[in-house]
Amino acid sequence: MATEMFDLRLYVAGQTPKAVRAFANLRKICDEHLAGRYQIEVIDLVDNPALGRGDQILALPTLVRRLPTPIKKIIGDLSNTERVLVGLDLRPRRTSA
Amino acid sequence: MARNTVEKSEIGKAPTGIAGLDEITFGGIPAGRPTLVSGGPGSGKTLLGVSFLVNGAQSFAEPGVLLTFEENAEELANDVRSLGYDLNKLVEQKKLLVDYVHVDRAEIEETGEYDLEGLFVRLDHAIKQIGAKRVMLDTIETLFGGLKDDGILRAELRRLFRWLRDRQITTIVTAERGERMFTRQGLEEYITDAVISLDHRVHEQISTRRIRVVKYRGSHHGTNEYPFLIDRDGITVLPVTSLLLEHTAPEERISSGLVALDNMLGGRGFYRGSTVLLSGTAGTGKTTLAAHFVEAACARGEKCLYFLFEESPQQMLRNMRSAGVDLAKWVDRGLLQFHADRPNRHGLETHLLTMHHTVEIFDPDVVIMDPITNLLAVGTTTDVRSMLTRVIDFLKTRGITAMFTSLATNDDSLEKTETLISSLMDTWILTAVEQEGIKRSRFIYVLKSRGMPHSDEVHSFRFTDRGILIQSMRGVPASGKSAATPPKRKQRAKRVARGGK
Repeated sequence: MATEMFDLRLYVAGQTPKAVRAFANLRKICDEHLAGRYQIEVIDLVDNPALGRGDQILALPTLVRRLPTPIKKIIGDLSNTERVLVGLDLRPRRTSA
Repeated sequence: MARNTVEKSEIGKAPTGIAGLDEITFGGIPAGRPTLVSGGPGSGKTLLGVSFLVNGAQSFAEPGVLLTFEENAEELANDVRSLGYDLNKLVEQKKLLVDYVHVDRAEIEETGEYDLEGLFVRLDHAIKQIGAKRVMLDTIETLFGGLKDDGILRAELRRLFRWLRDRQITTIVTAERGERMFTRQGLEEYITDAVISLDHRVHEQISTRRIRVVKYRGSHHGTNEYPFLIDRDGITVLPVTSLLLEHTAPEERISSGLVALDNMLGGRGFYRGSTVLLSGTAGTGKTTLAAHFVEAACARGEKCLYFLFEESPQQMLRNMRSAGVDLAKWVDRGLLQFHADRPNRHGLETHLLTMHHTVEIFDPDVVIMDPITNLLAVGTTTDVRSMLTRVIDFLKTRGITAMFTSLATNDDSLEKTETLISSLMDTWILTAVEQEGIKRSRFIYVLKSRGMPHSDEVHSFRFTDRGILIQSMRGVPASGKSAATPPKRKQRAKRVARGGK
């Protein structure tokens, strides 16, 4: 389990403050919890508008966990680390969350 | 002139191409702006929006984007295919683009600030791909179930409608009716240009769909509730009161199918485009008279549409064949079409719409409704009269000659109806039966016929193996009181007609 690769995609639209913040937060979380077993692909919908459809992107920024399956989505600037870890299934979901 | 200036100062309109809706909105929905279409489940919101897109793409060179939050594209295409729309074909021709937006709350975790720019990017991309001028959002309120932050959602929807307005995109936004509001989430607060409300009521197991333009900023619009119909040809809205007495009065005369009856009508039969009421008690040959009229019209190569409210077409054809009028050949040649319907299957409005619709498609020269009295089963006298007024206006506008049969009884309410509707008719013919000993004699009489000299004699008639034979009673030795005293009913009707004039 611990060696599973995390294939992550971060969808943004331009270098907005939220996008920049989300990427920084994501890097930090990954380095701390998934060191050596993750890859992040940043997709800017301004350059590739057609890609939003495939992953059903609506809100931005959206982080998509493509692997391991099942696909998970986390929207927002990822400022709440606990919620991100829960969203990535790295922490058990707590009822009080 | 003053009217023209008013029209000009009005905002631009985008025709929906939906029969009747463009009439009650005087041209369509606001061009380049969003319109809210609200209604309960199954009220026809999606179909209205899809019709707007399909018609835009096919008839007005305005490609459209359908952003659906409800069904997936395949399900939607299947749903509307039954109504004659081929979405896939339009998609292939790049006249339509369907994007299915799926939000599953269970799949999404929210953390921190976000916006709906992804939706904007997708919509913008779709619009640019096909050069769309029209957009439908169906049903965007679904997002409230998918995202937790209502505040963000509201701000973003407000931005979205502004964004669409800035791009001059004519948009239909569908929404589920809320308890006290037109939408569950109060979208009417953001879409203030036009609001259309749809309703599907079932009263005493009779269903009627209604449409109302609740609001239309900067434009006249019909404020009534209008009935509408959804069938295999899409949506038809019927403007109830928009018809004026403007139909032409043709001079042409057409045969009733019986020389003797033509003779009673100034020698030349009915006026084309006029309305004829045939009334009489049960078994007096009303349908047979109508069949003669149909036979004559079809023989001239004209098209007849026959509405049956009592019998099935097969039953009617069989009965007429045995009476010596074979109409089946005209059905085979496509000149005669039947439309049989139980009166109590729908409300009057729906009947009216169905008639309009059927007439528009078949485009007949002659229309028969047999018997109109059966419609009383679904409405009050006033309703039936108002409906017939509209039917007659419609038929006259199209120059169609119409014949209505009416079953007279001794029931007072029916009698009253007949009096009320007879004023709508140009020609009123009565048939009656009188029994004397073991012999039943039949009589026919032209009570009135506008714009022509007509016989005021009571004629007798009988059934032969070649239909009805009418004979003058003049010179016939008065075998009894019949000739001298016409049947009671005729006298009464005559009195009524005089009093009504």
